[in-house]
Amino acid sequence: MLNAPVFADGLDDIAQEFLVESYENLDELDRALVALEKEPNSRPLLASIFRTIHTIKGTSGFLAFNRLEAVTHVGENVLSKLRDGHLELTPEITTVLLRMVDTVRALLGTIELTGVEGDVDTAEVEAALAACLEPPAAAVVTETTESTDAVTSVETVRTPDHTEVHEVAQTRTVVDTVEHKDAEHDVHVVEVHETIRTVDAVGPAEHDAGPDQVVHVAHVATHGAGALGQTANGQSANGQSANGQTANGQSAHGHHANGNGRKAGAHADAAASTLAADIEADDQGDDDGSRRSVADSSIRVDVGVLDQLMRMVGELVLTRNQVVQYVGDLQHAELQRAAQRLNLIASELQEGVMKTRMQPIGQVWSRLPRVVRDLGAQCGKPVRLVMEGRETELDRTLLEAVKDPLTHLVRNAVDHGLESPEARVAAGKPAEGTLSLRAYHEGGQVVLETTDDGGGIDPVRVGEKAVEKGLVTREDLARMSDREVLDLIFRPGFSTAAAVTNVSGRGVGMDVVRTNIEKIGGTVDLSSQVGRGTTVRIRIPLTLAIIPALVVGQEGDAYAIPQANLLELVRLDPDSADLGVEHVGGAPVYRLRGTLLPLVFLADQLQLDTTNRPEALNIVVLGADNSQFGLVVEEIRDTQEIVVQPLSKQVKHVDVFAGATITGDGKVALILDVAGLANRAAALPSGAGNHSLDRDAHLDITDSRSRLLICQVGERRLAIPMDHVARLEEFPLSQVERAGTAEVVQYRDDLLRLVHVGALLGIHSDPTDTGSYSVVVHREDDGTAAVGLVVDRILDVIEEEVVLSAVGRHGGLQGSAELQSRVTDIVDVPALVASARAGSYV
Amino acid sequence: MSDSRLCTFLVDDLYLGVDVTDVQEVIRYQAMTSVPLAPEAVFGLINLRGQIVPALDLRTMLGLPPLDGDELPTNVVIRDGADDAVSLLVDSIGDVVDTDGVDFEPVPSTLTGPARELVLGAYKLPGSLLLVLDTHRALALPRRSAVSA
Repeated sequence: MLNAPVFADGLDDIAQEFLVESYENLDELDRALVALEKEPNSRPLLASIFRTIHTIKGTSGFLAFNRLEAVTHVGENVLSKLRDGHLELTPEITTVLLRMVDTVRALLGTIELTGVEGDVDTAEVEAALAACLEPPAAAVVTETTESTDAVTSVETVRTPDHTEVHEVAQTRTVVDTVEHKDAEHDVHVVEVHETIRTVDAVGPAEHDAGPDQVVHVAHVATHGAGALGQTANGQSANGQSANGQTANGQSAHGHHANGNGRKAGAHADAAASTLAADIEADDQGDDDGSRRSVADSSIRVDVGVLDQLMRMVGELVLTRNQVVQYVGDLQHAELQRAAQRLNLIASELQEGVMKTRMQPIGQVWSRLPRVVRDLGAQCGKPVRLVMEGRETELDRTLLEAVKDPLTHLVRNAVDHGLESPEARVAAGKPAEGTLSLRAYHEGGQVVLETTDDGGGIDPVRVGEKAVEKGLVTREDLARMSDREVLDLIFRPGFSTAAAVTNVSGRGVGMDVVRTNIEKIGGTVDLSSQVGRGTTVRIRIPLTLAIIPALVVGQEGDAYAIPQANLLELVRLDPDSADLGVEHVGGAPVYRLRGTLLPLVFLADQLQLDTTNRPEALNIVVLGADNSQFGLVVEEIRDTQEIVVQPLSKQVKHVDVFAGATITGDGKVALILDVAGLANRAAALPSGAGNHSLDRDAHLDITDSRSRLLICQVGERRLAIPMDHVARLEEFPLSQVERAGTAEVVQYRDDLLRLVHVGALLGIHSDPTDTGSYSVVVHREDDGTAAVGLVVDRILDVIEEEVVLSAVGRHGGLQGSAELQSRVTDIVDVPALVASARAGSYV
Repeated sequence: MSDSRLCTFLVDDLYLGVDVTDVQEVIRYQAMTSVPLAPEAVFGLINLRGQIVPALDLRTMLGLPPLDGDELPTNVVIRDGADDAVSLLVDSIGDVVDTDGVDFEPVPSTLTGPARELVLGAYKLPGSLLLVLDTHRALALPRRSAVSA
């Protein structure tokens, strides 16, 4: 056997393939081991675990990774005993086996990086594994030679056409000796015994038996002897040599079958190679056969090649769109038929290529049972993991992206979500907690749910924590719905864990989960019932490469809006266009089925010069991050499947665009980033852009029956709470004088400073058109000088129930309400006066 | 420079050149889609056989007035990294000039304004001065100006 790595510079293909395959196998192993703990007697599971380890051992031996081979070898010993029922699976053994998997993974990691095994510590795991075997026999080392002899002898037996059957007797004596010395390995010895007996029987009658039967018997003999050799040498390095010999025996035997020249020689040969490939074959023959055929029918493809293919198919689809469009104009039946076929084939091809990139979510889940098990053990919580929808597929880039967030959620659920067994029992729940993962498709999206049946999240505690951490003020908190309070968990720097464990609770986490999911165009939301449990729901698009989109037009250019953000389309006819749109705090809103929908004009957001205001208003109702707004666009064109291309770095920083695409007519269209657009709109002073509907529908303050002064400023109706009104006055313009930059009037032996409400709130108004100022005199309780608020017209004083909505809240406005069936802004007088005193707007 | 040949072009009265190995292709004017909110120098995006490529206006970047009336610029498509490409809009395309053995001088002092920053130096050709455009800076420029804006 070689001692140096077989490759000098970097990894060669074989080693590379070995690594890829082994990593996959290890993930599978993690899952299988945890599953095994639930069903310790499952032979198929044990067999599959054994096979996996065996494959790694075999290949690592071939590639001269000796330490890897040694570790897996000892692991294999333990597994074979488990499989044969000579050892009971205990949690300790599972832990040791999992540790072996970790060690193997570490070794593979080093091999991947450096090409050699490096100095990963394997001795400890090997010792732990060895300790799992029953207490070693006293004279292990002395037996070594004998058992090796036994193997040699059995090997001889397996050449039955030589007249050496008499040697069987000799072997038997050797085996007997071992038997006496090593009572513990009885079973193996008996196995060898039996085999030899069979060989005894077959030997003389070999002409009748036929080669394959001989092969079979010989194999059993090899296997038995191998096992014997291995167990006898359990802790000594010599085990390998015994093993080496069995392998030799097999090949010698294969030669024999060939050399024999019997008709069925070829058959025997094939059988021999099957055996060589997998010692398990005789136990698990049928199941094994199907496994191999699956492996043979798939190939590994570089992801880069798939990406390239995907891009090209994208282009093909676009070209197809163009061809179909042009051909439609021609009166050429043949050409049209060909175009139709092209259309069909391109669609199918697109679908097919998309499929190659799709992988089941089970791939990401496969490592979670291990995470849950380890964590459960660490926290002292038994956890039952339920997975539904393992086969749900999504694009592999997305799969990568959800891996970490999902693991984080699972960790959170076990660590914080589930209560201790005692607490659970006290609450009348089963001691074992249940964590369920569900995946399913819904409306062109993939939904991933993580649900625990734990204690749930208490909004009160979350709220207190948030105030304590300074994330929100008490006043804000009082106005928030439970749902909004729970949403605070996603704020950076939030953690409710009373104690920081080494598992989670360091205050980073949920915000990172949300950021990562939003990065791939997904959303996360959380619902929880105290005492019942918590569900975190992640929604992500199926694929990022090709998405359905609504194409809208603005100033002659086309813009695409991802359909995932699209809620509905509203068209206001010329005659109703003005009626429908109202202004709240300077921001246009549309009343959609009783809710105020903030309107955002695409032309304004993109700072385009609008040449023609269209008579009809097209509102695209969009949703992003639980909030809704209406995007007003010039025209609505159609829906298309678009191929998303990233923006080049020169324009990447423009946050209202998510990418670009080429439309059917060959032109480039920009894809709008709905969340970016909402943020931008909200950042603008006049924009009411990003108010959550939740909050709108939800009453911030229910102040039953307030007295309000209604007045007019520009086109807007404002309400001033009567508490802030001292008097109402009318001053002719001729009385108005200037003091510095401010306008003042002489009023009750003092100077009254005048403040233009319109100017402060950014509303265009002209209070001078009547030749006099309508002034609301406001005097603060603390006796500071009075201020005169100038409005255009004083309309009314009313007493009504105020249902305050946050729409339009900014600077000097508390928000808006529906008063006398009309949208009216409520003035925040102290804030308004403060800003006037600061001199910022006067 | 890996090659002594330069692909030359005219922008206003400036005679400019870029390393011929950096140039992917030269194509006539293409219809483009403008990008609102993008830096001024980004004229738009063009569809280059299915690839979306930004077109940067050299006149804007060099602080020159826009091209007159009906004249249409030409796209000089420059490779940007392994996969990306960027088009530079120029007034008209010139010859490929071999500068082997021609004197190379640092940026002439007569050159002022933004052009100074974008030019690596000049080759004194008989009868003309060929300015070597710093493509690296040119492609990075729009982003910087957007940040400062």
